[in-house]
Amino acid sequence: MSDVVEKKVEEAHPRGDDPRTDVITEKVSQEEIEEEKKGAAAQKVVDPDYLFLKAPREKQFITGSEAAKEAIRRANVDIAIAYPITPQSETMQQVGYLYAEGYVKDYYRAEEEIGVMSAIAGASRAGVRCLTATSGPGLMRGIEQIQAWPGGRLPSVLLVMCRVINAPLAIQPDNIEISFLLNSGGVVLHGENQQDFYDYALAAFMIGEKAEVTLPVAVAVDGFFVTHARGWVSTPAENMKLPPRECYHEAVPMMDNENPPIRISRDAPIQKSNFISYQMHASWQQEVWAAQERSRKWIDRWLGGLVEVVNPKAKTMIVASGGAVSQAREAVRQSTEQGLDVGLIKVKSIRPFPTQELIEGLDHAEKIIIPEFNYVGWLAKEVKSVIPRVERVVSGPRVFGGMSMPTELIMEKITGEYK
Amino acid sequence: MSLETIKVSPGFEKYLPKEYQDLVDDGPFVKQRKVSEMGSFKEAIEEHPMCAGCAMTLFIRLTYVALPSLENSVIVGTAGCGRLAISQGAVPFIYGNYGDTNAVASGLKRGLDIRFPNQEKDVVVMAGDGGLADIGFHAVMHSWFRNEKFTTIMLDNEVYGNTGGQESGMTQKGTVMKMAPLGKKGEKMDMIALAKTSGVAYIARVAPTNPTRVANTIRKAVLIAREVGPTYIQAYTSCNIEYAIPTPLVMDDAREVEADRYGFTEYFTDEAKSYWDNTGRKIKGTVKK
Ligand SMILES: Cc1ncc(C[n+]2csc(CCOP(=O)(O)OP(=O)(O)O)c2C)c(N)n1
Ligand code: SF4
Repeated sequence: MSDVVEKKVEEAHPRGDDPRTDVITEKVSQEEIEEEKKGAAAQKVVDPDYLFLKAPREKQFITGSEAAKEAIRRANVDIAIAYPITPQSETMQQVGYLYAEGYVKDYYRAEEEIGVMSAIAGASRAGVRCLTATSGPGLMRGIEQIQAWPGGRLPSVLLVMCRVINAPLAIQPDNIEISFLLNSGGVVLHGENQQDFYDYALAAFMIGEKAEVTLPVAVAVDGFFVTHARGWVSTPAENMKLPPRECYHEAVPMMDNENPPIRISRDAPIQKSNFISYQMHASWQQEVWAAQERSRKWIDRWLGGLVEVVNPKAKTMIVASGGAVSQAREAVRQSTEQGLDVGLIKVKSIRPFPTQELIEGLDHAEKIIIPEFNYVGWLAKEVKSVIPRVERVVSGPRVFGGMSMPTELIMEKITGEYK
Repeated sequence: MSLETIKVSPGFEKYLPKEYQDLVDDGPFVKQRKVSEMGSFKEAIEEHPMCAGCAMTLFIRLTYVALPSLENSVIVGTAGCGRLAISQGAVPFIYGNYGDTNAVASGLKRGLDIRFPNQEKDVVVMAGDGGLADIGFHAVMHSWFRNEKFTTIMLDNEVYGNTGGQESGMTQKGTVMKMAPLGKKGEKMDMIALAKTSGVAYIARVAPTNPTRVANTIRKAVLIAREVGPTYIQAYTSCNIEYAIPTPLVMDDAREVEADRYGFTEYFTDEAKSYWDNTGRKIKGTVKK
């Protein structure tokens, strides 16, 4: 019997003799073996189109962290690197359990976030599928590395569970940190609820690893509101997983010393003060942003577009991303009840930004309301930077520091009646 | 990587640079070269933009000769003088953010282990004293605490060379440098002792005065890292510019410093010692799993 057990463990963990994976080499009971067979070992690789769009789904009432876990379970992740921070910790703990069950090949708690993001940069260069997650101050600490991932052409998935970043220190939801991701070159998706967290996180791996993209993808949601609250999430069966990362089909060679020619310095220091260096750096940056643009096609295909539009012809349009979309939906419902003509554009992808979709979708609008969970109004700035006749934009409402957003605040903007 | 992978298809030889051909035909790959052979084969590094006479360059050159399986090695570096030469080597070189080497190497080594379970891929960090003891300190220490299986080589010139001569944690106490106008206040950091405390399997301190010893030390460190755990080499590689050492006297300085305070020392954990005595030292030539 022990033969069977040993073998299972080896399959799940290629480095079975390693102290890092010792924990699961203990003897397990027959029941647990059955369980294991149902788990990772029994998963079948399926086509992403099938997993994302066609596979039959069942509904579960789960938290955002659990939704992320279900995505990772099906993502065929090679290495996940964790570091605790509220409200993210729960998710990477769940991923730890997936590792213990053999769904993830390697997993560890790193020294802190610069260490995490650097190790992700190393693992991605090795050609394996990588995952990490963080929140607020953790994102800020890791950001030197995160900013360098797109230029390194390093596919990986970063889950961001938004939390206050500025002093005074707090753990409450506030999505100001997303504004720090906008100029890195990587793809940035912003989910509304638990369902989005599942769908976006899973699709993120495939989007980032597409040859013409070869970029990291950040998937952000509002902390607590999404991560710790339950919602209905429909997922396909557990016995399917994505195909593994095909690192030789990407835009740059792997740093595995398997690629001729022998002299590879993909990260060559371009620091000479001469025109060729400037030109190299400039064209490299242009290519990163062009690659980001090329991710549109996959966001369209797998996530149904960069935006979702409700009541497209309405005179008053709300534009929102993340959790604010849910309050905006409620405002649209209440407005309809009151006979007001209000519509909504949900922005799913912040990078690439749905420039054309917004220009067209807002062309007819007389009034544009942009509710946000942050003080600075980064989404309003983004929208104003691409649409004509910006005087149509009504600032806010904005809540921050962890406050929730009563629908009344949006209704006041719609009616212009302030209580 | 097998030599077959890089061989030029017949008929195409004349289209590839002579340099490439030489690396394939008479290069440092697949068979372990010796220090005594230097000058008679195509080395992994030849041209570099470092200062004339820089001891660091000699050390880097020796590293390429010493690595036990160059065709399966990946070097991780960071900002600092060394990477100017290392990035010219015929081995994949990762150049991330300043001070990130040991965290990058942790992810890289684990990733390579997942992809190549039956083949040994050697990850070697080579970076300056500032890069490893100051900005990268926590990543270095934690890679050791976590028992990550790769080699860390500190190119210790006792100064921030690349940014023009500021004191580092590895500068000697009292030395007047930029950003230490009254002389450095604290002691030179004892990274060797810290490595011991952290459980590093093999530790060596070495100056570049004896090239064969340097090469043997590097080979030993890489082989032990494969089987046992993290290894650390701290190499005195003077900065002749910032310490105003006349170029012809660079090796004299190295010998003096070695005699005075940088003598060759090595330290093994029991496990590393037993591996080395029973297995490692008997391995000849280039080594693949
Ligand atoms: C985050 C960050 N901080 C500072 C620097 C500037 N910097 C580049 S090289 C260097 C000094 C390198 O010194 P050391 O690591 O000792 O190597 P050496 O040049 O002496 O070989 C510094 C401070 C940087 N590139 N990145
Ligand atoms: S500045 Fe010093 S360490 Fe850097 S290349 Fe010149 S001599 Fe070598």
